[in-house]
Amino acid sequence: MNRHLISAADLSKQDTLLILDTAEELARVADRPIKKLPTLRGRTVVNLFFEDSTRTRISFEAAAKRLSADVINFAVKGSSVAKGESLKDTALTLEAMGADAVVVRHSASGAPHRLAGWLRGSVINAGDGSHEHPTQALLDAFTIRRRFGRGAGEALDGLRVTIVGDVLHSRVARSNVWLLHLLGAEVTLIAPPTLLPVAIDGWPCSVSYDLDAALPKSDVVMMLRIQQERMNAAYFPSVREYSRRYGLDTARLGQLPEDAIVMHPGPMNRGVEIAAEVADSPRSTIVEQVANGVSVRMAVLYLLLGGLEAGK
Amino acid sequence: MSTWVISGARPLGGGPADIILTDGTISAAGSGAAAPRGAQVLDATGLIALPGLVDLHTHLREPGREDAETIETGTLAAALGGFTAVHAMANTDPVADTAGVTEQIWRLGRQAGHCDVQPVGAVTVGLAGSRLAEFGAMADSAARVRVFSDDGRCVSDAVLMRRALEYVKAFDGVIAQHAQEPRLTEGAQMNEGVASGRLGLAGWPAVAEEAIIARDCLLAAHVGSALHICHVSTAGSVEIIRWAKSKGWRVTAEVTPHHLLLTDDLVASYDPVYKVNPPLRTATDVAALRAALADGTIDCVATDHAPHPVEDKETEWAVAAHGMTGLETALRVVQEAMVDTGLLGWAGVADRMSARPAVIGRLTGHGRPLAPGEPANLVLYDPAARSAVDPATHASRSRNSPFAGMTLPGQVIATFLRGRPTVLDGKPA
Repeated sequence: MNRHLISAADLSKQDTLLILDTAEELARVADRPIKKLPTLRGRTVVNLFFEDSTRTRISFEAAAKRLSADVINFAVKGSSVAKGESLKDTALTLEAMGADAVVVRHSASGAPHRLAGWLRGSVINAGDGSHEHPTQALLDAFTIRRRFGRGAGEALDGLRVTIVGDVLHSRVARSNVWLLHLLGAEVTLIAPPTLLPVAIDGWPCSVSYDLDAALPKSDVVMMLRIQQERMNAAYFPSVREYSRRYGLDTARLGQLPEDAIVMHPGPMNRGVEIAAEVADSPRSTIVEQVANGVSVRMAVLYLLLGGLEAGK
Repeated sequence: MSTWVISGARPLGGGPADIILTDGTISAAGSGAAAPRGAQVLDATGLIALPGLVDLHTHLREPGREDAETIETGTLAAALGGFTAVHAMANTDPVADTAGVTEQIWRLGRQAGHCDVQPVGAVTVGLAGSRLAEFGAMADSAARVRVFSDDGRCVSDAVLMRRALEYVKAFDGVIAQHAQEPRLTEGAQMNEGVASGRLGLAGWPAVAEEAIIARDCLLAAHVGSALHICHVSTAGSVEIIRWAKSKGWRVTAEVTPHHLLLTDDLVASYDPVYKVNPPLRTATDVAALRAALADGTIDCVATDHAPHPVEDKETEWAVAAHGMTGLETALRVVQEAMVDTGLLGWAGVADRMSARPAVIGRLTGHGRPLAPGEPANLVLYDPAARSAVDPATHASRSRNSPFAGMTLPGQVIATFLRGRPTVLDGKPA
């Protein structure tokens, strides 16, 4: 495996399956009364968050602590105007403190790339701008694999995954397209034309504007969070219109095949991209995704810091 | 004054000739001219002689950002790149929007003495895009400003642009437009296309440049004035300019060396050394720009030399400054992109990097032929040299060269400004 996890597009199929299989083993730790392994004792993991994201930060923190790593949470109030300390100086500071891994969330696409050039330790991308969020894609793949009863070593061949929403600004969509395609799934992106990149031809997926046509052919439907302020930039006329055309309500849920599942990376806008009844339905994996996130992030930390041989 | 005999040089890449410079003027050019007694002799065997290069688009940063560049360091960089005249863009601090500031820049250029500095005046006060700057005062000043530009920002208000184009007709001025529709490029980070979609960086669409160019060509035609388009970067812009020129309208255009060589896939590194405005485009655009420069649709090469201190580039992409240095690599990049590809001969290079920009910039003492009686502004260039670009060796105060580490052909050996060497043996004279 690479030293860093910056982009899902950098992962090989073999690496990805190793992460998912390792996560499967580590998930069993969560069922024990004492949810802790000594693997990363004495190693330091820094959660460097330039953007507020309580759920991702907590997930990484729980993952690192279950592996007995020392965790430092470094929350920087993200303001590009009043920059204050530069990203490079922050990196050098963490370097001097002996960080073995830096988990970074940043509003600027590419910030983890820059950090990786300045740090000796591993950099794990916990979401950079509109670029990528690779651990989200890994936990989504893990969740899909489990729900469809596939076990260790198995990929997602033949499964049809439909991702719906603001693809243009979504790091979750980007990471999932690369990773799910790598694992053999057929990915379809659904969005209003304004919320798709203008040149999406090279992506390994199909694209459509029609949610209703895609639903009967979907084993997985993944709803992306829609930011209501996009309306002000004329990406869509109103939240209600968006919800009518691209929201997953109970009627649309009925169009899905019987065993299809509904995913959402959170946080949800209930009543906008997803109806409350759908979010709370048995087909929804939203709560499982959160639990699986810890297992997958444990696997990533374990494999990047513990080394491959320790993973065997 | 001194006399120089430049022996065996190849003017415009032709057969060897001796060029004699006497008292700031070319006194003889050809074979068999007798060397005057006491003349200094420069053996230029194998070197190409070109008229001193003229840059229509340089950011010298002084006054205001002397940490990035000064008129002293910027003009030395220009001389080392083979330039004998540069147009200093107006986006300094304070902005060059008055006779006072433009005269100061002009005087500092004269004091430095490495090349002529021709200030460009702002179109609007403070580059704010709301009120016209005092064009007449700048034109009548010692700096004799003829080119006006809000470069860095677009004169997006159509009425203001129309009035500016009309007003400068009174003293044969030209408006140099930075073509960028502001609403279409809010927060834009890179060319909008395949790469921006993958990298999650907000797109700067080609149409934002092309729409303004089309509008301004029509405005220039309507009022019968001269429009110059800065740093053309897209294949679509080339088509519009070709159409405007076919109508006989007074439209000229420039292209930067970096847009002739580099493409937007370099942004995948997220290294802001590749961040520039307008952004690097696609290979299709590069090919169209090269063809347009070759056929004359694009009149000239201009560097858009934009120095920035390290801390403004050693950041995450979104907060990094736009711009690249270019004076010291321009001729080498043009050789790589245009000459070695067979698109342009050395006479063409002289036309696109000296004669035409001098005409557009209304400079009478530059861009002249290498002929007796003409000003002794010339550059001697070794096209057979080849080396990796190392910004640490550059005279520019800044190091943000996107060509760092690339192996490029050519080396400027000597530059003469009115008969006086500013560069000899590739070093400041």
